[in-house]
Amino acid sequence: MIINELVAWLSDPEHWLSSTGLLAQTGRHLYYCVLSVLCASIIAMPIGLWIGHTGRGGATVVVLSNSLRALPTLGLVTLFVLVAGIGEAPTLAGLVILAIPAVLSGAYAGVQSVPAEVRDAAKGMGMTPMQQLWQVELPNAAPLLFGGVRTAMLQVVATASVAAYVGLGGLGSILLEGIKTYDYGQTLAAALCIALLAVLLDVLLSRLSRAVTPRGIRSGPPAAATSTG
Amino acid sequence: MIDELAHYFSSPSNREVVLESLGQHIYLALVPLVLGALLAVPAGRLAQRAPKLRGVLLGSMNVLYTIPSLALFVIIPAVIGTGATAAINVVIALTIYNAALLVRPVMEGLDSVPEHVVTAATALGYRPRRRFFAVEVPLALPVLSTSLRVASVSNVSLVSVGALIGIGGLGRLFTDGFQRDYLTPILIGVVLTLALAMVGDLLIVALRRLCTPWQRASAGGR
Repeated sequence: MIINELVAWLSDPEHWLSSTGLLAQTGRHLYYCVLSVLCASIIAMPIGLWIGHTGRGGATVVVLSNSLRALPTLGLVTLFVLVAGIGEAPTLAGLVILAIPAVLSGAYAGVQSVPAEVRDAAKGMGMTPMQQLWQVELPNAAPLLFGGVRTAMLQVVATASVAAYVGLGGLGSILLEGIKTYDYGQTLAAALCIALLAVLLDVLLSRLSRAVTPRGIRSGPPAAATSTG
Repeated sequence: MIDELAHYFSSPSNREVVLESLGQHIYLALVPLVLGALLAVPAGRLAQRAPKLRGVLLGSMNVLYTIPSLALFVIIPAVIGTGATAAINVVIALTIYNAALLVRPVMEGLDSVPEHVVTAATALGYRPRRRFFAVEVPLALPVLSTSLRVASVSNVSLVSVGALIGIGGLGRLFTDGFQRDYLTPILIGVVLTLALAMVGDLLIVALRRLCTPWQRASAGGR
């Protein structure tokens, strides 16, 4: 029974505590994901906010994010590594590139979704464009903005596990090693850990999104994240 | 590049691998889409009609959609006891994703059918079952088809991850190419995957136009 194998694998403390064990690799996985999404946010958020604010280039954002959905993750990472060489940097760059469209379209859609009356009111009160963006558009955009970040995070958690195939550490490496050695207990333990990490990060981000959203516009359900990898 | 492509395709065994992978890819992407849609219709109807169930249903679908594909491909055989490298694992995993993705749009699509249309159908003598399939579902199609397109495109890109557990359609070209340090099959795989996603998307748009003739007359929008 495969569940017995899982329990047997999990009950060995070595599998948890060694330098390539579950805890260390979960930490590594988390580190890759947070780092990539952070980098993607730093790059894409200002651009998305600006495009949303000015209303120019919106069509490009939509086309870009839609067509990137079709890019096969595994093909992308194998391609990157063959071109740029094995190592963490090219793989992490791949994760950042994958995360950018989701963050970008979330930021853009967020600012776009702010009702025109609200923008006009802000302008009418004499706010400068910067004040409008920071004090009015950004708080109102928060739910969709975080929706983009959540989508990006899910894609990156999934892609980081796939990227273990080209040598990136993290939970994917435990999973793939389990597949290679026909150790189903190990494979299943890693798969469950990846799934748990993805769900936890998603819940955490949705809480954060709720916390920073102004109370007045909190009524609707949290924007659903879409598309894993 | 053209030379390398020509060289790659000059080998009959390479041609065979590409064709075989393409066929498997289409099968692995299409079957879950159909099954997922078939599952999502009753679930979406339930969510639409039972507001108490709605939160639980949509919430659990969101969680399901959160699970990374590679993890799901591996968890499924453990849960249902199929072989670890059976194609059915990929089919079931993607069916779960598609059903999870489509429940909300089915619900919203059915909600978008005007109440007076439903009442009119009832007055014409349509019984609930026939009214549902002949009136409500067709009218929900425009809303539903947008999400169907998203599901089909993401299916096409997700199938290739299955190559890591031995069944991945065009994903096989990625793992083969990587192991042999050979860029050409990887590029072929990426291009074919993108092309397949595009063709699938166009087909769904065409199918929707075919199934909703009344829309062409009025708005003609996509």
